[in-house]
Amino acid sequence: MKGLLDQQFEQGGIIITKIDDLLNWSRLSSLFPMTFGLACCAIEFMSTGTTVYDMDRFGMAPRATPRQADVMIVSGTVTFKMADRIKQLYEQMAEPRYVISMGSCSNCGGPYWQHGYHVVKGVDRIIPVDVYVPGCPPRPEALIGGILKLHEKIRNESRAKPTAIEKLTGQQNA
Amino acid sequence: MLDSHSVSVSTQILLFLVGGILFIALALLVSRLIRPNRPNQQKLTSYESGEAPQGEAWVHFNIRFYVLALVFILFEVEIVFMFPWAVIFADQELNAATDGAWGWFAFVEMLIFIVILVFGLIYAWRKGHLDWVKSTPTTADVSSPVPPDLYQAINTRYSSRTSKKES
Amino acid sequence: MKVAQSQPLLKNLPANKMPELRAIVNDLITHVTGTPAVEIMNSTPPGFVIPKEHLISVCHQLHQHSGTYFDMLSNVTGVDHGPETGTMEVLYHLYSIPFHASIVLKVILPREGGEIESLVPIWKSANWLEREVFDMFGIRFINHPDLRRILMPADWIGFPLRKDYHHEETYRGIKIDY
Repeated sequence: MKGLLDQQFEQGGIIITKIDDLLNWSRLSSLFPMTFGLACCAIEFMSTGTTVYDMDRFGMAPRATPRQADVMIVSGTVTFKMADRIKQLYEQMAEPRYVISMGSCSNCGGPYWQHGYHVVKGVDRIIPVDVYVPGCPPRPEALIGGILKLHEKIRNESRAKPTAIEKLTGQQNA
Repeated sequence: MLDSHSVSVSTQILLFLVGGILFIALALLVSRLIRPNRPNQQKLTSYESGEAPQGEAWVHFNIRFYVLALVFILFEVEIVFMFPWAVIFADQELNAATDGAWGWFAFVEMLIFIVILVFGLIYAWRKGHLDWVKSTPTTADVSSPVPPDLYQAINTRYSSRTSKKES
Repeated sequence: MKVAQSQPLLKNLPANKMPELRAIVNDLITHVTGTPAVEIMNSTPPGFVIPKEHLISVCHQLHQHSGTYFDMLSNVTGVDHGPETGTMEVLYHLYSIPFHASIVLKVILPREGGEIESLVPIWKSANWLEREVFDMFGIRFINHPDLRRILMPADWIGFPLRKDYHHEETYRGIKIDY
């Protein structure tokens, strides 16, 4: 049985819009990141949680378990040995789930792109990524910028059925 | 407003229970209807920091928890018996009616009760049921050819207290 | 709080003690192997080339001898000299805590099928250090209690630090190259 939040609605108009606003606002206001630090970017992630840059003012309280986490911030070098675990942890997160790739190594392999036989050249070869935050390591302000970008992405989600393709084909036929 | 004479007390309690259960069931049902439900094989495996789960999830329970709980229950019942006794013991009317003998009588009676149970406490104490056994530290079986006083010389040389003294 | 300045931390032996240690170790190795000890030129810390078959007995003596007491195996490294030269080396860095002294022992092995005795019975730290050398170079250690890969995933193909190493195309379906 599909839950209500799993379905897409064709009609509803103002109700769907208001529910969208409510759901998106509630989801982006309390994104619990999973404590997932691999390398140096983890240090910057930790310092984003300190009082100077304060992740908590965005409602982000780190949760150690993927079952209770909303966003997985992949911070650090992704090795092939770790790739299995990352995939497993991502699968164990409950929907709605998001992934922020933080730093050069998880964006594209980083400084190990040329000679790193042991490095996965970008975590998006393993899991789908929503936001990429460049930097080596990105400063906490940059990570917060990435989080706000994720907020924008969540704000644009909708429970309504997407009609762009129908409209486009309709226009072409017309 | 329910008149207390028309609905008995036991019915009120029953209504409370049913209402409580219904309240929780309703909340869970609404969540079930609304939330997304997309299970897959990997999501349903036990969480073990991303590794494949190894071994049983049921671990050996320390038997001392059971023993202590048992001892607790016994002495808890003793305390429960002491509560109504305390009410009766301090009753001034009874004391005055028997010219002070009631107080002594009740006191000695309770003392005998407690002494019998103290024997049980001493038994449990001596048998070691009240101890929480700490594990003994095991030393590694490494034999070093170096005599210990050579290491002691290194320790004293780099100990911060001796260096402060010499400076 | 005043920082203790009276005792500088000694990184190496004072100069007048170094030749002493070198002499002791030289004599020891000569005695054990039966041939004159081969020293590595211009090596800091002092280094010696040991024949493969005498490694265990030399290390045992260095560990037990009261003039040396090398109680710590700091590092085990491998060197690959390439397919043309055809040799590989294993270097052992030993450190003596009571005497503040280090030496290096070098063993030269053939590139194909190089095998050497494990030093785990003498120094427990050799366990993971030798696993790393096996993982990176493919040198097998005889009598090692647990010889398997330590840095690379268990089903990795190839030994990465060899001079002629080329990685596969994919590993478990994930492309390795950029």
